[in-house]
Amino acid sequence: MAMNYNAKDEVDGGPPCAPGGTAKTRRPDNTAFKQQRLPAWQPILTAGTVLPIFFIIGLIFIPIGIGIFVTSNNIREIEIDYTGTEPSSPCNKCLSPDVTPCICTINFTLEKSFEGNVFMYYGLSNFYQNHRRYVKSRDDSQLNGDSSALLNPSKECEPYRRNEDKPIAPCGAIANSMFNDTLELFLIGNDSYPMPIALKKRGIAWWTDKNVKFRNPPGGDNLEERFKGTTKPVNWLKPVYMLDSDPDNNGFINEDFIVWMRTAALPTFRKLYRLIERKSDLHPTLPAGRYYLNITYNYPVHYFDGRKRMILSTISWMGGKNPFLGIAYIAVGSISFLLGVVLLVINHKYRNSSNTADITI
Amino acid sequence: MDCSLVRTLVHRYCAGEENWVDSRTIYVGHREPPPGAEAYIPQRYPDNRIVSSKYTFWNFIPKNLFEQFRRIANFYFLIIFLVQLIIDTPTSPVTSGLPLFFVITVTAIKQGYEDWLRHKADNAMNQCPVHFIQHGKLVRKQSRKLRVGDIVMVKEDETFPCDLIFLSSNRGDGTCHVTTASLDGESSHKTHYAVQDTKGFHTEEDIDGLHATIECEQPQPDLYKFVGRINVYSDLNDPVVRPLGSENLLLRGATLKNTEKIFGVAIYTGMETKMALNYQSKSQKRSAVEKSMNVFLIVYLCILISKALINTVLKYVWQSEPFRDEPWYNQKTESERQRNLFLKAFTDFLAFMVLFNYIIPVSMYVTVEMQKFLGSYFITWDEDMFDEETGEGPLVNTSDLNEELGQVEYIFTDKTGTLTENNMEFKECCIEGHVYVPHVICNGQVLPDASGIDMIDSSPSVSGREREELFFRALCLCHTVQVKDDDNPDGPRKSPDGGKSCVYISSSPDEVALVEGVQRLGFTYLRLKDNYMEILNRDNGVERFELLEILSFDSVRRRMSVIVKSAEGDIYLFCKGADSSIFPRVIEGKVDQIRARVERNAVEGLRTLCVAYKRLIPEEYEGICQLLQAAKVALQDREKKLAEAYEQIEKDLILLGATAVEDRLQEKAADTIEALQKAGIKVWVLTGDKMETAAATCYACKLFRRNTQLLELTTKRIEEQSLHDVLFELSKTVLRHSGSLTRDTFSGLSADMQDYGLIIDGAALSLIMKPREDGSSGNYRELFLEICRSCSAVLCCRMAPLQKAQIVKLIKFSKEHPITLAIGDGANDVSMILEAHVGIGVIGKEGRQAARNSDYAIPKFKHLKKMLLVHGHFYYIRISELVQYFFYKNVCFIFPQFLYQFFCGFSQQTLYDTAYLTLYNISFTSLPILLYSLMEQHVSIDVLKRDPALYRDIAKNALLRWRVFIYWTLLGLFDALVFFFGAYFMFENTTVTSNGQIMTTNTHMIFGNWTFGTLVFTVMVFTVTLKLALDTHYWTWINHFVIWGSLLFYVVFSLLWGGVIWPFLNYQRMYYVFIQMLSSGPAWLAIVLLVTVSLLPDVLKKVLCRQLWPTATERVQNGCAQPWDQDSEFTPLASLQSPGYQSTCPSAAWSGSRPQQVTLAVWKGKVSAEPPPAPGCSHRCCSSSPRHGCPGSLVGMLV
Repeated sequence: MAMNYNAKDEVDGGPPCAPGGTAKTRRPDNTAFKQQRLPAWQPILTAGTVLPIFFIIGLIFIPIGIGIFVTSNNIREIEIDYTGTEPSSPCNKCLSPDVTPCICTINFTLEKSFEGNVFMYYGLSNFYQNHRRYVKSRDDSQLNGDSSALLNPSKECEPYRRNEDKPIAPCGAIANSMFNDTLELFLIGNDSYPMPIALKKRGIAWWTDKNVKFRNPPGGDNLEERFKGTTKPVNWLKPVYMLDSDPDNNGFINEDFIVWMRTAALPTFRKLYRLIERKSDLHPTLPAGRYYLNITYNYPVHYFDGRKRMILSTISWMGGKNPFLGIAYIAVGSISFLLGVVLLVINHKYRNSSNTADITI
Repeated sequence: MDCSLVRTLVHRYCAGEENWVDSRTIYVGHREPPPGAEAYIPQRYPDNRIVSSKYTFWNFIPKNLFEQFRRIANFYFLIIFLVQLIIDTPTSPVTSGLPLFFVITVTAIKQGYEDWLRHKADNAMNQCPVHFIQHGKLVRKQSRKLRVGDIVMVKEDETFPCDLIFLSSNRGDGTCHVTTASLDGESSHKTHYAVQDTKGFHTEEDIDGLHATIECEQPQPDLYKFVGRINVYSDLNDPVVRPLGSENLLLRGATLKNTEKIFGVAIYTGMETKMALNYQSKSQKRSAVEKSMNVFLIVYLCILISKALINTVLKYVWQSEPFRDEPWYNQKTESERQRNLFLKAFTDFLAFMVLFNYIIPVSMYVTVEMQKFLGSYFITWDEDMFDEETGEGPLVNTSDLNEELGQVEYIFTDKTGTLTENNMEFKECCIEGHVYVPHVICNGQVLPDASGIDMIDSSPSVSGREREELFFRALCLCHTVQVKDDDNPDGPRKSPDGGKSCVYISSSPDEVALVEGVQRLGFTYLRLKDNYMEILNRDNGVERFELLEILSFDSVRRRMSVIVKSAEGDIYLFCKGADSSIFPRVIEGKVDQIRARVERNAVEGLRTLCVAYKRLIPEEYEGICQLLQAAKVALQDREKKLAEAYEQIEKDLILLGATAVEDRLQEKAADTIEALQKAGIKVWVLTGDKMETAAATCYACKLFRRNTQLLELTTKRIEEQSLHDVLFELSKTVLRHSGSLTRDTFSGLSADMQDYGLIIDGAALSLIMKPREDGSSGNYRELFLEICRSCSAVLCCRMAPLQKAQIVKLIKFSKEHPITLAIGDGANDVSMILEAHVGIGVIGKEGRQAARNSDYAIPKFKHLKKMLLVHGHFYYIRISELVQYFFYKNVCFIFPQFLYQFFCGFSQQTLYDTAYLTLYNISFTSLPILLYSLMEQHVSIDVLKRDPALYRDIAKNALLRWRVFIYWTLLGLFDALVFFFGAYFMFENTTVTSNGQIMTTNTHMIFGNWTFGTLVFTVMVFTVTLKLALDTHYWTWINHFVIWGSLLFYVVFSLLWGGVIWPFLNYQRMYYVFIQMLSSGPAWLAIVLLVTVSLLPDVLKKVLCRQLWPTATERVQNGCAQPWDQDSEFTPLASLQSPGYQSTCPSAAWSGSRPQQVTLAVWKGKVSAEPPPAPGCSHRCCSSSPRHGCPGSLVGMLV
């Protein structure tokens, strides 16, 4: 009964504000998009459609998992802890800072021979290379050979930025704490004298790191000159241009250094140290037998409850020994297969009733 | 209202106390009043500039920023950003600054553009030329230079530049016609009257000589109210005082019609015009989804804070050993060491907050806003809701409430014009018991219809004849109908003999119907000229009545009267109005007979009006005149005084008869109501009409069914018993069945259920709402609500506009807090439209008041069905998924970072690279969900329309309940655990390597922490995107494009980001990381594995739920998706049946006999294969299952 307010001209042929022309334009377009009727695929996840997927996942994953697992198990790996915190350990003597340089030797035996290329890693535990203060304590421009950054490193490097008014090259905590134990491997053969195993120090870093990301500062032929005006990191024994005798593996592009500079994701990690290349197809790279590891013990880890390890490992197409992936694949595949069976049962049991429910009017 | 309050306060406190007065005084033409007149306080008025824009060029940036940061979310992100700037935080300020900047910029651009448009519109308006009178001459000036007191000339078809007092027009009678189409959408011509004493000033010189002051109230937004008075000073005499009312006021925005030119004086200018005051923004309605969203946000904020706290505490516990706090390889700087412990702890806390702040997604707000804004276009574009007749489509006035349309539990609908067409047709009249039906009239002779009319006295006596003519005259005179002036010279419509083609215009369609009806009965209203109403009687003689007074209609009195003087000098008062307001004032007449007829008509759903009269002797009239004059001149409380005067005048009437007007139901109104009720929505009809009429309409539109037991809560019943007893009795009746009602909510409409309909009238309602005298208020209310809840339909009749809003409020704040929707078409529905959660206006015949104030406007009531059942459903599904998904993906995003803290010594090391942190929400995962939330249709439009019961699946915010929210969060946590520990076990103590060296093969490189993060991030981006892909039920090419596109974008971006040494960065930590990762076999295997593992539980949950506890929606989806399976299974059976069986399907009985079941299923399969043979049937197949699920499945088992 709204009689009070309004009037409406019913015969006026349309209100003046909306004449016939505008009425036409107000009419919405009849396009599929605007009417929300675009052609579409309308999948529904029902037991029926999902069942095969579960089985397929099961059938694919289990073989893959078995494959990975077998491959992983075929990888030979030996791990030798040489931290030396146990009194019985030969390296125990090196824990005191007075003994420098300290060299200790650990004997071990390979039960089976290592075929193909063998990789030598050092592993550290309880070492927080992923600590924020640590991770950011580097200057990528300096490492990339930027000469201004060389002499004036980034503030991120504090407190390892300058030493006695000279800029540190390479600056920062990561570089400063570079792993500096020297590991040497000897095979104790049948003869009395031990045979050193050739350890290759090239080819352990990412190619792009070595060739693009890390560069020595520009300048003359002499590396020492290029680093003029800088000082070595506090903890280092030698300056950066004396890391190696090979000029292609010296300075910032020293591969040990590059490997170290790639900070690890977790506090327990291993890093590639050396390659032992196979010599021929006939002889195993590391035949079974007795070996000893000669360690120049420089790197103190017992201060922070750390451990040091040396690892020898062969590799496969999928990298080092990694049982997790294989087991996970097998587990997921089996679970998926099992679920498929469960679903099949449920589907079979309930399908009839649900279908008839649909049909029944 | 708020606006005026603020204005009041501003005036009071800023302009100084002394300047604030209740009224303003205007010197017409800026002429000082003659000395001796009252001293007025000069006031300053704004100029006539309309400023609808919010910003100027200069203040745009600061003001817009201020506005934006007032939003709590933006402010939160600003704080995070500032914290990042100030303290040493793990993530660079870019990570939160860039998204924030993005969000702010996008919003600012949008707002700036809108404001620019407003500026343009303002300028156009402010610069349009206006004719002034200055020193007796006509001057053209820009509109904005107009001042209060200026005299303005307006020509035909021009709009008024400001609010004017109408001084004179070129018409002799001092009237002009005006349309207010742009103000309130009414396109009718309204007559305004010039001030009596100035209407003679026709030329510029004349008007310049006018010496007058106007006193009027300060501007207020009500378009239809104005009080003031004008003092006209002539040279000698005392000033003449005249009242001014809204009939003298010409509003800015209205257009002059049918009048060559008028003069007026500006009284309200610029932002003080009534039009400008009505610009005020609508009330801020918040949807239920938004409320849940805010609650979830608070939960996440708590999670965030507790995460940060836990990490801070653990950090200090862990660091208590010095070799962990500061090992030799990682020493602190001097300044770090010296910092105060508490300060350090606090900054650490803040840093953790910053690290985890992404859990509250900055982009969610933008996405939600974009979704709402863009999504609302689908409503306006909808062809089904376009009305061919009126050429109107739906309007969206706010996009904030789209999803609320899917949550409606109560609909309050107006009857007239909403359920009915508001297209009145005169049906019959009853004069002293004789019934006249116009359509059986031949040549002006009344031929009482032989069939169906109970003639009480077949031969009217002479006095009866007199009464009859008086009745017709009364109908001819007692109205405010105007005759349309047709200026068309070749259409002499006004010629007396062609009177039947007169075109009438009125504020109420009833009046037009009445006047037209009387015309068919022999009396034609010709026109109102010079205060004389001319009617053409049966003998083609023109009778002239002088119109003395109009006591206009209002909804409280529910009647109107005119006082006219016949040619013979008799003064009559004719009154017409609702029966309830006429009968008590009648002292004579055949009341009982007429009442019986009125009631009978009302039951048939006709609108009835009673007509009464009284003859006034001149002395009486004098008294009335004085009474009215006194009331009209009053500046204060004029309304109230007028009402009192009317009350005194309209009494001791003699009843003449009654009329009945039919208002047809709108097309498909019944259909719509039925569908809405099936959707579980309770429909209430609120009407001002009388009970019987309204009840009849309710039956007609199937709100009440045959088996509905009606409960009455009316004044009549309350008079017999006390309110208390009635209420208790009703509740007893209702509650007896309520047990079964709650038990079987699904089949609430099944036939065996007793359902109730309640009828309540306005008076009874006000009794219930009134607090009880003994202080125990609210008890009745609760009881009443209890009754209402048990009724399937409620009819409230005899409602005043405010009572409508009261009812809505009552339900809105009842203990379940249901979502209410009000729909109406008239100004009397505005209050309830504003009150309800969702207000819908019907773009109807009664102007645009309702449509303007509503949140959505639709052309017809039937469009409500699609609006709620389809659009509402979609929007709700879409936005709820949007909200849940956003939280989910950010849990996935941040929880690994939280876990990582346990492995990096709580040092706030980020897991992901800065670029990934920044872009995750704004580019890698933003578009798929936005497009999903625009395009998703989990069930097709047709199914939704056919099966309203699906609406119940989403009722009560079903998809944003705590259970669902926790499921999503747990899913996010699970996925995050999978990502993180999957990567962890890959890396931990083993060598995840890649064939990194390009030169020499078979060498394997070791990964660092950034590769670890990238692996987690890659798995996450894929999982999160694929999770959305799994949820998508409607794959258009756009969805394909966006989902696969954003995955591709991620890969391409990562390749680029890692492939180049970016010179502007001082770190190169991502260099070749992604590429190295991709060259590693185990990484690929891990990505595939982890994505699978993350998605499996969700798939499993979906499948199991669908299989074991399917919702109605899922059954429908199954039903429509399974034809492939079913076809193969049932085809052999079908081939056994005769093909003829299939044709019986649509009409097949719904019983469960075996062959029919089978055929139906087959038929359904066919339907989906070849679209539309007869949609009705497949709908039944699909839809029947939810409601008849239980018995159906039983039968099925037996089969």
